[in-house]
Amino acid sequence: MADGTIPAQYHRRHGANPQEYALSTSSNTGKRAAPDSSDLPESPALLEHFYREMLRIRVFERFSEQAYRAGLAGGYLHVYSGMEATAIGWLSCIEKHDPVITAYRDHGHALYLGCDATACMAEIMGRSGGLSRGKGGSMHLYSAEHNFYGGWGIVGGHTALGVGLAFGTKYQGSDAVTHCFFGDGAANAGVLFEVMNMASLWDLPVIFIIENNEFAMGTRLEYHAAETELHKRAEGFGMEHERIDGMDVLEVRQHARRIIDRVRKTSRPYFLEIMNYRFAGHGAADNDQSLYRTPEELERAKKRDPILLLENHMRKNNVMTDEKMEAIQAEVEEEMEKVYADAAASPKPDPEEVYTDVYTDMLPEKGH
Amino acid sequence: MATLTYREALRQGLIEEIERDESVFLMGEDIGRYQGTFRVTQGLFEQFRQKRVLDTPISEPGIVGIAIGAAMVGCRPVVEMMTMSFSILAMDQIINHAAKIHYMSGGQFKVPLVIRGPGGAANQLSAQHSHSLEGWYAHVPGLKVVAPSTTEDVYGMIKTAIRDDNPVIFTENPGLYGIKGEIPTDQSFTVPFGKAAVRKEGTDISLIGYSRMAHVCMEVAEELDKDGIDAEVIDVRSLLPLDTETIYNSVKKTNRALVMYEDWRSGGFGAEIVARIQEDCFDYLDAPVGRIGGLNVPMPYARNLELLCIPNKEVGLAKAREVLG
Repeated sequence: MADGTIPAQYHRRHGANPQEYALSTSSNTGKRAAPDSSDLPESPALLEHFYREMLRIRVFERFSEQAYRAGLAGGYLHVYSGMEATAIGWLSCIEKHDPVITAYRDHGHALYLGCDATACMAEIMGRSGGLSRGKGGSMHLYSAEHNFYGGWGIVGGHTALGVGLAFGTKYQGSDAVTHCFFGDGAANAGVLFEVMNMASLWDLPVIFIIENNEFAMGTRLEYHAAETELHKRAEGFGMEHERIDGMDVLEVRQHARRIIDRVRKTSRPYFLEIMNYRFAGHGAADNDQSLYRTPEELERAKKRDPILLLENHMRKNNVMTDEKMEAIQAEVEEEMEKVYADAAASPKPDPEEVYTDVYTDMLPEKGH
Repeated sequence: MATLTYREALRQGLIEEIERDESVFLMGEDIGRYQGTFRVTQGLFEQFRQKRVLDTPISEPGIVGIAIGAAMVGCRPVVEMMTMSFSILAMDQIINHAAKIHYMSGGQFKVPLVIRGPGGAANQLSAQHSHSLEGWYAHVPGLKVVAPSTTEDVYGMIKTAIRDDNPVIFTENPGLYGIKGEIPTDQSFTVPFGKAAVRKEGTDISLIGYSRMAHVCMEVAEELDKDGIDAEVIDVRSLLPLDTETIYNSVKKTNRALVMYEDWRSGGFGAEIVARIQEDCFDYLDAPVGRIGGLNVPMPYARNLELLCIPNKEVGLAKAREVLG
């Protein structure tokens, strides 16, 4: 609606409007007061880094959607546009040996963790130059080199693996913290509740990070969750929890530092709900967003575009000129144009590749 | 050689692997303080403590998922399913996750995970606790599936399973836990996957089975022997990978085959073996390949009805005579 409220046909049950949360400037209704990001002593170089990295994801995703429309990518493709501040703010605070795992909306995490953008795009295009040599696809990006454990397509299923990563590193005596991202839709999967219990029971150093973009595919939060403050679910497992804003990269970073440090020191799990918003449809094949949201709602969300917020912050603090921003934008455009072209030029996988990597030590039987 | 029960031989294999490799640990419901529902892990909690023998909540998908994650960072978890019937709850983790990781990551990650436990009918456990699911799992590329039938094999194959870098489904028929047999005292002994065992050589008919049905095949062979019929008995042992060479060599020699399995007859793994024999050995066959499976019904509780469902010597013998013509 023009006044910014959720239209009645989409929002029937709750007095509290969860969207107000992601769209508001004062965001933290969780346990702690949010720090004011304008007071952060972040260096101009770091701000420039965030700006460039958010743009890289945004532009990469534009090209990945282009690849889909051009028939260079198939299957399911879910872009991260609008949610960049969450992955970047958070992952800017992790240690190199910390495992990271997420669901199928994985391009942003992979890129920021340092995966080669061309290898990511080539994977999305099903090419031999892809991270998994074309055998995973958009939903299944992995990089052992970057401790990035995927890239998973069964909603909620990977949360168990995330707890397992934390179990494994703790078993081995490492101080690693596992960062397990998933969506508000996955927060309803049964296995999550099982592993929340075990994570708390066994003091596992895992941070559950719900990226609440307010939609489980096309089903709005109020229609899929009995309690729309999803973080409260941790209460029953004796786990610390809170909800934070995910649109301001500096604010995410501030919270991330505090929470990651706490989990590393205590080896206690943490259950976090980060409110953000998906600017794109659920997937590339989601061609009728009017089924679940209005153009006005989207328009309003875009007023808190994480890239825009950072631009405003940098302008206000005289960190970066508009000319410099435009120059960075041009550089990122140029980089991603090349990424797209190089990925498209990567050869298709060799037919014999169909049989490799089924097992570590043997080939499956061949033939139909 | 030492004489042990199947249960003890399995336990001995687990002990040796826990002692050999720090990354090996056991997890499962009631395996520690309670000593394991079928007592396979008896004494291990006291011996190795909680780090290596971990009691879990009753959360099969969560347990398997956690084991997969731990395996991905280099641990070698051995998960006990209190019964394989409960592994149905964890199928998403086993099939959608464990079996796919190596492939989807282009070989970047591996999952050295063993899921073991009793599979098949025991004694009046009725419809929800008597499943033979090895055929379902052997359908899935990315898994390995074994079903040892002897003390020596269960001892040697559990060690192979734990050392394997791929997810392994290790199924133990509960009717076998009490059988006795010898195991080698040499701790370096292992039994490789993908090798069937010829339990009895013969020339007139090949009786092919795995797990407890390998024993029933032996009983059928003994009966046939009384009639002067010399049956060969093949214990398949490893379903995936499957040693078709040993099976085919036998069939090419005897020209007749009967496959026995406890799983539901329709669509069970024995049907796969039958299909392969007719596909690849057709010219050697003197009769259609015989097949005996479990009755296509949920497992009933009443003992007499339960016994009707599980293939035995009598039905095997009748079918063998039919194949022999």
